[in-house]
Amino acid sequence: MNTSTSVSATRTAALAGGFRWRVVDIVVASVLGVACGFLFLAWNVGYLGPKALLEPLLPGVQGLLDGPWLIAGVLGGLVIRKAGAAIFVETVAAVVSALAGAQWGGFLTIEAGLVQGLGAELIFLVFAYRLWTLPVAILAGAGAAIAGGINNMLLWFVGSDAAFTTVYMICTTVSGAVLAGLLGWVLARGLAATGALDRFGAGREVRTRV
Amino acid sequence: MTLLESRARTGGMARINPVAKLGASGLIALPLIFTLDMVSAAVALALECVLFVFAGVGWREFWVRTWPVWLAAPLTGVTIALYGQSGGTVYAEWLLVRISEGSLLLAGATMLRVLAIALPSVVLFITVDPTDLADGLAQTWRLPARFVLGALAGLRMVGLFIDDWHALQLARRARGVADRGRVRRFLGMAFALLVLSIRRGAKLSTAMEARGLGSPVRRTWARPARFGTAEWMLLLIGAAISAAAIAAAVWAGTWNFILGPS
Amino acid sequence: MTVDTRPATVEARGWGWRHSSRIAWALRDVSLRIEAGERVLLLGASGAGKSTLLHGLAGVLGGAEEGEAEGRLLIDGTPATAARGRVGLVLQDPDSQVILARVGDDVAFGCENLGVPQEEIWQRVDDALDAVGLDVPLDRATKALSGGQKQRLALAGSLAMRPGLLLLDEPTANLDPEGVVEVRDSVERMLQRQRSTLIVVEHRLDVWLPLIDRVVVIGEGGVIADGSPDRVLEVEGERLAEAGVWVPGHPPQHPAAPASAPGESLVSARGLAVARARGTMVADGIDVDVRAGSVLAITGPNGVGKSTLGLTLAGLLPPAAGQVTASEGLGGGAGAHPIRWSSRQLLTRIGTVFQEPEHQLLAKTVREELEIGPRSLGLPDAEITARADELLQRLRLDRLARANPYTLSGGEKRRLTVAAALATRPQVLVLDEPTFGQDARTWQELVAMLAALRDEEGAALVAVTHDLDVVAALHAERFTMGSGS
Repeated sequence: MNTSTSVSATRTAALAGGFRWRVVDIVVASVLGVACGFLFLAWNVGYLGPKALLEPLLPGVQGLLDGPWLIAGVLGGLVIRKAGAAIFVETVAAVVSALAGAQWGGFLTIEAGLVQGLGAELIFLVFAYRLWTLPVAILAGAGAAIAGGINNMLLWFVGSDAAFTTVYMICTTVSGAVLAGLLGWVLARGLAATGALDRFGAGREVRTRV
Repeated sequence: MTLLESRARTGGMARINPVAKLGASGLIALPLIFTLDMVSAAVALALECVLFVFAGVGWREFWVRTWPVWLAAPLTGVTIALYGQSGGTVYAEWLLVRISEGSLLLAGATMLRVLAIALPSVVLFITVDPTDLADGLAQTWRLPARFVLGALAGLRMVGLFIDDWHALQLARRARGVADRGRVRRFLGMAFALLVLSIRRGAKLSTAMEARGLGSPVRRTWARPARFGTAEWMLLLIGAAISAAAIAAAVWAGTWNFILGPS
Repeated sequence: MTVDTRPATVEARGWGWRHSSRIAWALRDVSLRIEAGERVLLLGASGAGKSTLLHGLAGVLGGAEEGEAEGRLLIDGTPATAARGRVGLVLQDPDSQVILARVGDDVAFGCENLGVPQEEIWQRVDDALDAVGLDVPLDRATKALSGGQKQRLALAGSLAMRPGLLLLDEPTANLDPEGVVEVRDSVERMLQRQRSTLIVVEHRLDVWLPLIDRVVVIGEGGVIADGSPDRVLEVEGERLAEAGVWVPGHPPQHPAAPASAPGESLVSARGLAVARARGTMVADGIDVDVRAGSVLAITGPNGVGKSTLGLTLAGLLPPAAGQVTASEGLGGGAGAHPIRWSSRQLLTRIGTVFQEPEHQLLAKTVREELEIGPRSLGLPDAEITARADELLQRLRLDRLARANPYTLSGGEKRRLTVAAALATRPQVLVLDEPTFGQDARTWQELVAMLAALRDEEGAALVAVTHDLDVVAALHAERFTMGSGS
């Protein structure tokens, strides 16, 4: 029947992804950003405890705690699926965190967000904004972690030695891959299943057609 | 919390274009990023304290908002003290930890630096009204209006989050799942809140489109953002503070450019 | 002061729309013509596509990736997608239409997007607020407004754009009776000032009929009926009432009166004072009894604390003063104070259904949702499955057993949350605005079910409600809150 071919044609066109952001893309990206911003705020305080425990064990192992600050970019990219989504969502989350008075100062918090978002964005770009699978998500999380890690080294851990640097970079990359990449992917799928993402490709591909 | 309030604060700083505040906090932070030494950080911090008096922030509020900074600074200092580059006499060492004269100096400098960079940003930011910030970003910096306004709308949904949270808690008690598993319940509630917010966000975006957002017509602004004397003054003050800090460090010979050879 | 807006003409020629996530067309073969200045009421069964038509006219349905259109939809001869700015759209949910934090800024938003010169914007804002009769200062926080005020704000925001066509998509569905009247009066006042073309979609007709010249009914195959209100309602009235529209003259059926008198008091309150948050008391000196086999209706104006009282009786909120005591039969080993019962102990004693179903959705599928309560009680698996099956069937949710609860329609979500509360067979059921925003058919079903619970199972029901029809239909004992309760 005619409908099925025209339907699949529309679908492929949709999956190719446009580059122009719709208003709903911007607003939902902002909502995700604000929600992640809250997560950042909670973790800004919450990480201090585990950090105090982990630090004396091995220098640099506190990198394992970096993951939660990286999830915004990965989640943004997976849900919105447009160029710039990862940077935008991570930056909005950083702005929220900064507006509420983050301890690293407004300007640098936002700068960190931009850099981390860029890390995830580059991975999505490498896959031409077409692949949104779990491995890509994990790589994006790792990418954000590496970018953020370098940023942190340059800004805050400038006087550290080689051992610290190595351990830290490895730990933060692992944290990014798991806590941001894997968790981000799981969260995106969970959201899509509720039907909240029906206006997005992420939602349409998960829900069976009725 | 400014995030949730719609009125701008009172005080000298309140009506300055938020973009200028952003710029000022950037100007103060930038040189301090490039160097790591006690003198520049201390000078900057001292001058900033003078600035805070005029910021229009209450004494109590200052401490309430900045306590994370006061907590984080010494903790960062401890990290550097334990694992930083060593130099001079070594006071203690075990495993990978090495506390030396050099690392202690670096720790002190780092602490002051954190304070000097973070405090003015916090103070400047808590006097910012989100709608004015959006106006400033879109008009003064010419960021695309759709993005700035869409982000502002998403940000506004914050107030609604909190009302829902209490209802979500009560609902869980009524359904028999509130006795154990606090973390799991918290995550469940957070997820439900996220779904609700995305839903509302999608409806809001339809309303915004219906009011013409995103049309090809060139947008006008009901609240023009100004960038006048007061704004330039603030930027000048920011530049002056960082210039003074750099000058003091160079004069004292302690300038320590982090990106060059150490 | 009269405002100069040219009313728009609307024309649809065989128009249809299909969402890309669906196979079936939301709407098909719609052909009609609306002249400038006409006031049209659009009716049809739930899911007939009325909202879709309004969204199409406003040009907000989305592009090729979101769906497919056929036919033509024209406003003043130009396609609807290109006519943004000529059309104002007011939606159903008051909270999702507030764009900016201050009243004046929110109304000015549309003007800014249309490129209106700055000096003119604030003049238009004043005119628009005046036209809807919203008398609040321009820097009032929008989140401090009531539901009715928010809807009027949305109306003002659309009016400031000077639209030729005004579309109202169930503007009063989420409002209490006071808000409904406020909004309707605003629309009437606005229409007296200017001649816009108006299309309204609503379930409750009695409120809107006096303002309307023409009624159009859409459904399977496009436009089913079209003409003057009296004529269309005479012909289609019965069919529409069955489809869920509140047609005057075709009220929904009320269940029979209870056969037996109320039984013992299961929950009683003496000298009770209730508070939403610690310290802010809203009402005090309350003495009520919740009796088995009867319905207690808590009524009163907005903000007086009805929901708070309901939740306090349900053992969810602590009393600010006084006591809420459960009878021996109800409390049993758990003690006499519901607030001290554990969450699990509450399950078999007092169930609560919240006003907003989405606050109560916990599981990934409908079946799982029904199983949460029994599972928490530690019942054997066979029993859990049996109870879930029974409820799925009784509430006609069996077709949806594996769907994600968030994807259900409004009425289905409501039935689901009631079923979930019933899964553990509580003796007392507290319902917060059970019939809020429901169409006539769901209303009838819900009321019949509540009556059955009351009669067959001897349950005690507490209903917090604005809806006086429910009070009458359930022969409820009425407890009015408010001045001098």
